[in-house]
Amino acid sequence: MPYTYNTPAQQKEMLEEIGARSVDELFDSIPDNMKLGRALQIPPALGELELTSHMQELARQNSNITHNTCFLGAGSYDHFIPAVVDSLASRGEFYTSYTPYQPEVSQGNLQVMFEYQTLICQLTGMDVSNASLYDGGSAAVEAMLMAISITRRNSRVVVLESVHPEYRQIIKTYFATLGTEVVTVADSAHLPNVLDENTAAVLIQSPNFFGNIEDVAAVAEQVHASGALLVCSVDPISLGLLKRPGDAGVDIVVAEGQSLGTPLLYGGPYLGIMACREEFVRRLPGRIAGQTVDQEGNRCWVLTLQTREQHIRREKATSNICTNQGLFALRAAIYLSVMGPQGMRDVADLCLQKAHYAQQQLTNLDRFETVSDLPFFKEFVIRDKQNDVAGLLEKAEDFNLLAGVALGRWYPELEDCLLIAVTEKRTVHEIDQLVEVLGS
Amino acid sequence: MRNNHATQLIFELSTTGRSGVVLPQCDVPVKQAETLIPDSLLQLAPPPLPEVTEPEVIRHFTNLSTLNMSVDTHYYPLGSCTMKYNPKRNERIAAWDGLAQLHPYQSEASIQGMLQLLFELQQMLGEISGLPAVSLQPAAGAHGELTALMVAAAFFRQQSQHRTKVLAPDSAHGTNPASARMAGFDFVTIRSQADGRVDVQHLKENLGDDTAVFMITNPSTLGLFDDQVQTIADLVHDAGGLIYLDGANMNAILGITRPGDFGADMMHFNPHKTFSGPHGGGGPGAGPICVTETLRSFLPCPTVAFCDESQMYFLDDRSEASIGRVRSFFGNVGVLVRAYCYIRTHGPDGLKRVSETAVLNANYLLSQVKQFLDVPHGDRCMHEFVASASPIKETTGLKQPAMDIAKRLLDYGFHPPTVYFPLTVPEGLMMEPTETESKQTLDAFAATLRTIAEEPAETLRHAPHTTKIRRPDEVMAARKPIVKWTETAD
Repeated sequence: MPYTYNTPAQQKEMLEEIGARSVDELFDSIPDNMKLGRALQIPPALGELELTSHMQELARQNSNITHNTCFLGAGSYDHFIPAVVDSLASRGEFYTSYTPYQPEVSQGNLQVMFEYQTLICQLTGMDVSNASLYDGGSAAVEAMLMAISITRRNSRVVVLESVHPEYRQIIKTYFATLGTEVVTVADSAHLPNVLDENTAAVLIQSPNFFGNIEDVAAVAEQVHASGALLVCSVDPISLGLLKRPGDAGVDIVVAEGQSLGTPLLYGGPYLGIMACREEFVRRLPGRIAGQTVDQEGNRCWVLTLQTREQHIRREKATSNICTNQGLFALRAAIYLSVMGPQGMRDVADLCLQKAHYAQQQLTNLDRFETVSDLPFFKEFVIRDKQNDVAGLLEKAEDFNLLAGVALGRWYPELEDCLLIAVTEKRTVHEIDQLVEVLGS
Repeated sequence: MRNNHATQLIFELSTTGRSGVVLPQCDVPVKQAETLIPDSLLQLAPPPLPEVTEPEVIRHFTNLSTLNMSVDTHYYPLGSCTMKYNPKRNERIAAWDGLAQLHPYQSEASIQGMLQLLFELQQMLGEISGLPAVSLQPAAGAHGELTALMVAAAFFRQQSQHRTKVLAPDSAHGTNPASARMAGFDFVTIRSQADGRVDVQHLKENLGDDTAVFMITNPSTLGLFDDQVQTIADLVHDAGGLIYLDGANMNAILGITRPGDFGADMMHFNPHKTFSGPHGGGGPGAGPICVTETLRSFLPCPTVAFCDESQMYFLDDRSEASIGRVRSFFGNVGVLVRAYCYIRTHGPDGLKRVSETAVLNANYLLSQVKQFLDVPHGDRCMHEFVASASPIKETTGLKQPAMDIAKRLLDYGFHPPTVYFPLTVPEGLMMEPTETESKQTLDAFAATLRTIAEEPAETLRHAPHTTKIRRPDEVMAARKPIVKWTETAD
């Protein structure tokens, strides 16, 4: 047992003080017939050295993106992470602390939460942000639930087909037990057919799952005319360049915050971003830090608006959520601080330029064509006229290229299509190699 | 050595024209953004973020970190949160490129090591819980509760049974009722008896053909193992309902008893508690759930499976009865990697000793604390216990003695216990020492508590006396919420 201290002599002393004959006696409240009475059937203990070897063996069987060139995206992106992010986030004072229930000894975490909330508002143009949710997908469903509670309309929500398919699946799962109809439409042109006086919200994604930039402001007008709320899922990196959702009439913004300083981690933990208009602040789910003063008038920070939350309101809470993703909100706060306005503009512009170069070079080849003329940001879809996406991906892997995400699993009509993401990390050499391999 | 700069906000450090990062020159032919994207979709100016340099960022956040108490720096007996030591080896391993730099949409063939790890974790959690079917997808304990309740709802739908009610005792975590409501159920509170166990009579009165799930935390939030749990399970099962075990307190029973063996049909683990994932200042956690074979087909997709034919691990999303997804991608894998490392480090005997030591430590602390504080639920406990400061209320006239004691503990360099939870104990102080604390630390903590209990009321009422800030005005914060910085916020 590597992490305990007490010697057998101390344990004996402790038992005497307790007035128990043995440690077993402390478990007397568990009836004997419920006791396991055998050893757990799990592998034997490993020392640090053996564990390290074992884990190295497992890690070796994974082909990671430091040995491959990653053009995979679809909601999880290989962006550059400045060293300061890891350096600061690995401080034990941050990562081994917990929810700031005692503000006097949690001002570090509380101030980070407050700064994170402000940074998210600056990035999105929204009025208020919470201190984060689990991930982009669960943030999207929480926003839909929030919209239902704000509008008091619970019979229908509308989701565009160009929203991340896994986010749509999460929404379907949550609403299956709530009796709210989830209507999916192909694009915003179809909205007039489905918006009615009982529709609570519309969920749109921009740039959407295919990388295309939606005209969010136009959709907002349409949605608001029906009295529903517009929920928009965004790529935070794109906001270095694109119109902020707060300036486009969006009511609730959600985002996958992984791009802001978190590695790929095979899908998690990530960061659920959620921000909204001022008037909805008391309907927001999750932790929120607020500014106040202490007894001596010093500015300080506390968890606030807690009467929304489960530990006070129980079944009447705005959500069951308990934790935020504190450590990843910290990473995002550090990332946004070190990037600053110009850094965010530069990253967004590099993504834009490189993605367009890659798309141009690929579609110059006879084998590929575009599927859309809509403007795009860092991700785009190409169609393989030879309809062999699986073969292309396999061939690319031989050259250590993760060429893109096959779309057929979610969109059968796009089974000959590939979604390709190009971040600021990709060099012209890597893009040219992708073009060469896919075209050969 | 007070560093007053730490409380400046990053925005107040901003100077126009500074930057913390230099990005590479663009190496592809550059086009004007306006030629690629319509003007109306572009933002003229970049987002108005602070402009600071890398050294400023380092000093700012480093200074902020020193304003926190943490497990690495302080004894942190926060009941119900299992603030145990977070092994550094697990942190280092989880950050390796071979485990951290994997994209969720890489081919299965290229991540066989990761899939093997997750597959083995499913199996180990199945064995530890006695509930063999496992989903690693939920992102936190509360998310696991919600997921399991949706599994129950899908099960009853398939059985064409209309069951609308979820029940839980009054001592339950607030997440239980909140999850029940989010899963579309009505919630019913069941009383606890004076001894902290479930009032079985009250439960019986509320069971019926509308009962879907009874949620029980066992050991309970009072740190007691409810020996009626089998009886309760039988009653609920006879009524056609399911038993959900809130696994927040698994640190008490690893290798000793298993929820699946005392009647639970579903449960979640909190790997960030039981299996030492760090709490991260409030997340991330994870909330894997374990269920019976009967409920397996309803679990979220995908799970990890092994194909005998190809000898390959794969993501299995074949179950048509599955409730679907509750989270994007696979789940909080980074937290699961740490849990895997923790379980492999301990093995069967080690895990059992974790619980034995946690329970020994808690009972030892109880034996010391009961000498000067009221401990209403007896002389024995599991991994935690709840003391009450009510008697001090009478002797001192303090209105909130539990809060005052908590604040005074800060002066002595201890993180306080959880206060005012569960709601069933007046002036409650919930203490969970965990297995990774020494007798010396427990002695020092108990001695300090005793000193505090005997201090003049005035000293407690105005505590803490030595922290950087003291008793922030939470009422003002909630009445006029300031939840972001603006140039005029001061």
